[in-house]
Amino acid sequence: MSAGEATAVRRRGLGTGRLFGSELGLVFGRRRNQVGLATLLGLVVLVGVALKVSAMRRPPSRGGDLMTAVAGNGIYLGFAGLTIEIALFLPLAVSVLAGDAVAGEANLGTLRYLLLAPVSRLRLLAIKAAALAVGSLIGALVVAAGGVLTGVLLFGAGPLVSLSGTQLSVADGLWRLTLAALYVAAGLAALGMIGLFISTLTEQPIAATVATAMVGTLLWILDAVPQLDWLHPWLLVDRWPALVDLLREPVFLDRIIAGLGVDAGYAALFFVLAWLRFRRKDVTS
Amino acid sequence: MSSAAPELAIGSEGLSKRFGRQQVVDDLALAVPTGSVYGFIGPNGSGKTTTIRMLLGLVRPDAGTSTLLGESMPHGAGRVLPRVGALVEGPAFHPYLSGTANLRRLDAADPTSDPSTAASRISAALDRVGLGAAAGKRYRAYSLGMRQRLGIAAALLHPRDLLVLDEPTNGLDPQGTREVRHLIAELAADGSTVFVSSHLLAEVEQLCSHVGVMLTGRLVAQGPLAELRALTARRFRLETPDPPAAMGILEQLGVPDPMIGAGEVTGTLGDLPPETVVAALVAGGVAVQAFTPVTATLEDAFVELTGEGFDVSG
Repeated sequence: MSAGEATAVRRRGLGTGRLFGSELGLVFGRRRNQVGLATLLGLVVLVGVALKVSAMRRPPSRGGDLMTAVAGNGIYLGFAGLTIEIALFLPLAVSVLAGDAVAGEANLGTLRYLLLAPVSRLRLLAIKAAALAVGSLIGALVVAAGGVLTGVLLFGAGPLVSLSGTQLSVADGLWRLTLAALYVAAGLAALGMIGLFISTLTEQPIAATVATAMVGTLLWILDAVPQLDWLHPWLLVDRWPALVDLLREPVFLDRIIAGLGVDAGYAALFFVLAWLRFRRKDVTS
Repeated sequence: MSSAAPELAIGSEGLSKRFGRQQVVDDLALAVPTGSVYGFIGPNGSGKTTTIRMLLGLVRPDAGTSTLLGESMPHGAGRVLPRVGALVEGPAFHPYLSGTANLRRLDAADPTSDPSTAASRISAALDRVGLGAAAGKRYRAYSLGMRQRLGIAAALLHPRDLLVLDEPTNGLDPQGTREVRHLIAELAADGSTVFVSSHLLAEVEQLCSHVGVMLTGRLVAQGPLAELRALTARRFRLETPDPPAAMGILEQLGVPDPMIGAGEVTGTLGDLPPETVVAALVAGGVAVQAFTPVTATLEDAFVELTGEGFDVSG
């Protein structure tokens, strides 16, 4: 082994870290993605303001519902924001990132230069997948943190009453909210892997984004059709709303663990499909 | 691992690719000697870019094998591509990143790159193609020529053993074209093998030591430039006030196809020494104002080889 080769082998790990850093810089440095993140934040602020306005008109009823709970304690807005945005906005944001991942590079023609740099196809796909996971995490954390800040500003903070009726400290509440954001991020990252696969099928990022968002929406629709209840446990989104289980005392983990299992299954399956597709793909863009 | 360079920088056997019903590349046997400047010519649509994509491992051939710097492709891509600089089908960069940021990304993608020297290598590459002043500008704001220069700069981030440049002067003004030609000569002088594709025959003629000619997916000729030119019969051009008299003498000498123009006669010289022709004309009382043996251009050679003009292949 020559000195040059030894250096090459030694730097391989470092090289991947460098490219991953570059990838995150590309994703989060892009103005459009920054606007998207601001929109996710804006939505949760909007929900908070709307709740404040309606609370000023008529006093909150004493229900166990998350929305009414927000009026009593601002920290709940973090949970409410996640619950609202997992239906459409967070999946849409992940779809945008996933559409860019491979199809975006193919569309610009930068894919061929990355492969010639050279980045092996598996390494490129792994870095794209990891960046999607980070994007999912940042999206969920921004919604959760934005919800808490908005909620506390509008409604004040204090010990939470769990859905089971017991008291939780503020620190415990924030900890559970962090776990909820991580749980949501895991689901979004799994959707991101579906998007990554779709992204290897086309050179049009918009097409990949729309297709991924449609898959997300379709899963929600299927999950709402009672006749298909046998299918529900296998749908990626079925257990996403289980994030509120983190507000029970003691924490009710069964659905969340099963949900993480389904997330992992989808993520692995679609990453493998993306690899099978991308590994032999002719890069003609 | 032997340190001796393989004899061929690029070699292929039976390389073929079909897209749908069209045979884009057909049974290609390329031989690019190490150290050569190899001009890969052919009309638009003759399969040059697809060939380059196959050689670099971007496109999988339907049949055939190829080697790059002695490594079999696409298996050896990870080992050999760091030693290859390439510009394929024009530059492609992220529009909202600056020239420097785009090169930084490509450098990060190369696992053999040393991050501690990245900044200096990037600015050296940008300076080398004359983009130093525009390094911080977004790619979106670059002109066509500047984009092309950035593409070449990316190929020059490291000293390379092989440069594959697909239509490197596309979009460049005459000044830029001269600069690129100069740069290629410089790279070749430094010991790099340069494989340059072009549809501009005159450009290849000025640059290259070797030539491969593509036509509708097939390699119709390949070899040193001089040999290729020699395939074409030499011609001459005679200026005289009395073309008809000259015609008679030329026919006697055995010139197969003398043709009269305005105050001139042209024809094929073949094996006739020019001095013999001139002596015969003067002896025959024809006033010779000028007699020029015409060196065949690559375009003549191309027409001779293919029996067609240099148009777009269908």
